[in-house]
Amino acid sequence: MTTPSLTALFLRFGLFSLMAVGGATALIPEMHRQVVDLHGWMTTADFTALFAIAQAAPGPNVIFVSLIGWKLAGIPGALVCTLGMCLPAALLAFAVGRIWDRFQHSPWRRAIERGLAPLTIGLVLGSGCLLARATSTYWQLGLVAAASAALSYCSSRNPLWWLAGAALLGGFGLLA
Amino acid sequence: MGPQDGVRPTRSELFLGFFKIGLSGFGGVLPHARRLLVDDRRWLTDRQFTELLGLGQTLPGPNVLNMAVVIGARCHGWRGSVLAGLGLMAAPLVIVLTLASLYGRFAHSARLTQALAGVAAAAAGLVLATGGRLATKMERDAGSLLMVLAAFLAVFWLRLPLLGMLVVLAPVSIGLGWHSLRRELQAKQSGARP
Repeated sequence: MTTPSLTALFLRFGLFSLMAVGGATALIPEMHRQVVDLHGWMTTADFTALFAIAQAAPGPNVIFVSLIGWKLAGIPGALVCTLGMCLPAALLAFAVGRIWDRFQHSPWRRAIERGLAPLTIGLVLGSGCLLARATSTYWQLGLVAAASAALSYCSSRNPLWWLAGAALLGGFGLLA
Repeated sequence: MGPQDGVRPTRSELFLGFFKIGLSGFGGVLPHARRLLVDDRRWLTDRQFTELLGLGQTLPGPNVLNMAVVIGARCHGWRGSVLAGLGLMAAPLVIVLTLASLYGRFAHSARLTQALAGVAAAAAGLVLATGGRLATKMERDAGSLLMVLAAFLAVFWLRLPLLGMLVVLAPVSIGLGWHSLRRELQAKQSGARP
């Protein structure tokens, strides 16, 4: 396994930043495709373990990216990937934020919002299915994924409960 | 954001406010952001929050970070953006890296590995539920459903590169959005006529 240079990571995640339609979650299939399938920088098991850690920690979803960077190149990798993921999008938001109000009633703005929404949904569902397939190495785990999807879809309870419940089940050896 | 719209935070309040938002959210921070920004601190009205959320979600990149950058900029220019963004990311970054190093140290423990496998499966379920919720709220015309399906199949089944998919599908989807908005407007106008 050849690890990428920090510059290469920064550029790669900088491009991810501008492709993240609807946030970091929409990027999961593309990140998996690149770091696991294409370059073999980590296994699918590593990828899902990092995702689990990111979800179990507080903060925005984008910290998953920091963990991927950490796995690839330690703390510098984490910082570089996070910065790459945040900087281009932040600069764009800074620029657009000044003029956004002016386009409040512009039909183009509404068309863009409306047009991008279905793509975000397709990407997020794709992320969910990819992760569910990758994590369900035993049928019990598939059941946990399905139960957690159903519970958090139907209830507004803090999702941390479902994560904690699954951790307990796993820790007591009931999921393997 | 003038005095008439709400409270204008100082620079340190801005940093600390977003620091708190970063610490509070599990599985996404948006609900917490809304509570702090609108209900507790009154930096934004409900309407302004919804507006900025639209911006954060329409632009690429992390949604909450986009909002932090814009709110920071409106209060204190680019310095405000930097402070709000750093405030949001600082604590979660430290926490998640600490957790990851701990995991690295104890990864040989079968119990921990299995617990984490459970968390990973449940977390995958959360992502599916998020997608489901978004889909429930979406305007469901044939074009939008087709676009959901196309994006899903492209990344999950065909495993196509995201960039190529976006270059092809984004213009089509925005065109469809434009089309259905116009049709709805026409329907409303003809309905309004006596």
